[in-house]
Amino acid sequence: MTVTSYLGAIGAAQREAMEADPRVIIFGEDVEANVYGTMGGKSRADKGDFLQMFGPNRIRNTPISEEVMVGAAAGAAMTGLRPIVDLSYSTFLYMAMDQFVNQVAKSRYMFGGQASLPVVFRSAMFYGLSTAAHHSDRPYPMFMNVPGLKIMVPSTPTDAKGLLRTAVDMDDPVMSFEACLLWGMKEDVQDGEFRIPFGVARTVREGKDCTIVAISTGVPAAMQAAQKLEAEGISVEIIDPRTLVPFDSQAVLNSVGRTGRLVIADPANKTCGAAAEISAIVAEEAFDCLKAPIMRVTTPDTHVPFSPAIEKQLYPNAEKIADAVRKAMAAKTRS
Amino acid sequence: MTLANDLLLEMQRRMLRIRLFDERASKMVKRGEIPGTVHTSIGQEAQVVGACMALAEGDYMTGNHRSHGHPIGKGAALGPLMAELQGKATGVCMGKGGSMHLADFKVGSLGESGIVGSSIPIATGAALSSKVLGTGRVSLAFFGDGAANQGCLYEAMNLASVWGLPIVFLCENNQYALSTPAHTVTAGRVSDRATGFNMPGVRVEDGQSVLTVHDAVRTAVDRARAGKGPSLVEVVTYRFNEHSEGLRLAVDYRNAAEKESWLKRDPVKMFRSYLLEQGVADEATLAGLENDVAEEVEAAVRFSEESPYPEPHVAFKDVYTVPFGVTQ
Ligand SMILES: Cc1ncc(C[n+]2csc(CCOP(=O)(O)OP(=O)(O)O)c2C)c(N)n1
Ligand SMILES: [Mg+2]
Repeated sequence: MTVTSYLGAIGAAQREAMEADPRVIIFGEDVEANVYGTMGGKSRADKGDFLQMFGPNRIRNTPISEEVMVGAAAGAAMTGLRPIVDLSYSTFLYMAMDQFVNQVAKSRYMFGGQASLPVVFRSAMFYGLSTAAHHSDRPYPMFMNVPGLKIMVPSTPTDAKGLLRTAVDMDDPVMSFEACLLWGMKEDVQDGEFRIPFGVARTVREGKDCTIVAISTGVPAAMQAAQKLEAEGISVEIIDPRTLVPFDSQAVLNSVGRTGRLVIADPANKTCGAAAEISAIVAEEAFDCLKAPIMRVTTPDTHVPFSPAIEKQLYPNAEKIADAVRKAMAAKTRS
Repeated sequence: MTLANDLLLEMQRRMLRIRLFDERASKMVKRGEIPGTVHTSIGQEAQVVGACMALAEGDYMTGNHRSHGHPIGKGAALGPLMAELQGKATGVCMGKGGSMHLADFKVGSLGESGIVGSSIPIATGAALSSKVLGTGRVSLAFFGDGAANQGCLYEAMNLASVWGLPIVFLCENNQYALSTPAHTVTAGRVSDRATGFNMPGVRVEDGQSVLTVHDAVRTAVDRARAGKGPSLVEVVTYRFNEHSEGLRLAVDYRNAAEKESWLKRDPVKMFRSYLLEQGVADEATLAGLENDVAEEVEAAVRFSEESPYPEPHVAFKDVYTVPFGVTQ
């Protein structure tokens, strides 16, 4: 075990995957200089520097051309490489929407299983950091609507490392959405290679009164909320799905089956968001267990403003999550 | 370059395979035997085969909605292609791609694209694989004059050039994108755009001559294989049929004189005469070849007709490697 940051964990997973398999390559804008810090040590002289370790054939700076970056990664994946594409900000994914939806997601299916696409697209969500609307989106729900893509939303260094390694080893295209607010988060992380399966949720905290399904930065916020609520005598169970596609609905249904209440903390926009989908699954599958309406704590359907004075209020935080739980607790039990 | 006689005959055979396959498919669309529509390569066989035969067996290729010619030109078996057009279980894509989205990975055909221009980055990625893994394979992206105005082409050309990727960008300039004349929407010449990306750009004016096309593409392929990077080849050609079979437009956007002059330059007939004149083959050999290909196409149709439709569960297959969620 080593105390490792979220960014360091991503770096470790990438390094271990590159060491294990010469078909793994990384490309993206400014990756050679390790601008975002997920590619080894802090400086070029550091022995952890990826360009030095793996050379320019496998670590490649790209032009600012997201469409061809994504499409070329797909073509490379179909022909023997296992690329990791660093797309930096998640809002840049939109530049390559055609390649994601029409090529990456559909090729295995449309060509009757002939194409295999072992490729990972990493992007960071810079919300909460005064980068305004062009850099702050949480766009994973858009991609949940596209069959063929797998989606990971790690909320801890351990999950980031274990899920990313699984993603690289998998023959399906994966999109990794990494919240910048989590970059500095540190915890003891297992040394060396390990893998965390997709589609298996993590129970962050056990409780009996209300289930909170929390996504990405929703997880630490839910933890804070749970502590407050504990003092009020409310026992909260927190579930982190870790991957949204595939989604561990059984873990959520089991938990809601015990608690009878569900709050979802999802930093994406409300309409057709991950929270909307999870609500629908529970309403369809476990309606009879519910003692209260399902509550969604999401970012409201607006854009992200620049001024910190008005940005911070938008995202799910401990207070909003706790309020939602209190409301759920206060709801009249159906007879 | 002088080519061996068997290679010349193989060119004619492949052009015939495209011609007869597409003529058959056209009939089948009109009789309702193929669902939807098809886009034929009739008239463009020299451009397709000249390019495909400049590639080696292990080389990669992507294409577009005018899709049958590309895999056929690369040597794909006709039965599974025809079955795909009819949506059969034995289709090369299990009946899930159809006419516009053929792919036959066995012959390096990585997929045709219904989205104009969208397969160009895929071919670029295949060239990246070749470069990183050192396999020596070349990649070729077929796209139309219409696709030449898609931004992803220029992202791909730039990336291929700075990375020195072994790829040939092949513009099939049949002078129209559906009803739109290329010169009304395209500034300058497509081939001239290569200059801006520091790669050779050539325009083959006589795209009805399979040898001329082959020569130009061969030069580009050799260059790519030698590690000297990408090229752009623009081939001027003409489609003899409507944009897609069964399409009827109120406006006749191609004038009769133009059409007639191009119909005279039928690549299959022209090359047939050439083979006779040069003494590469006699009448009997060519008639035999034509018979063989006609039989091959009929056998493909029979194979398809006798094949079952896919089971309902196939609609949920191959979304992911290991299925989850809806599987029935
Ligand atoms: C992105 C996109 N835009 C529009 C279309 C509709 N469309 C299909 S084929 C076509 C014309 C394409 O022309 P060109 O690239 O020259 O190919 P050609 O059909 O002439 O072989 C159009 C507009 C499409 N399929 N994809
Ligand atoms: Mg055209």
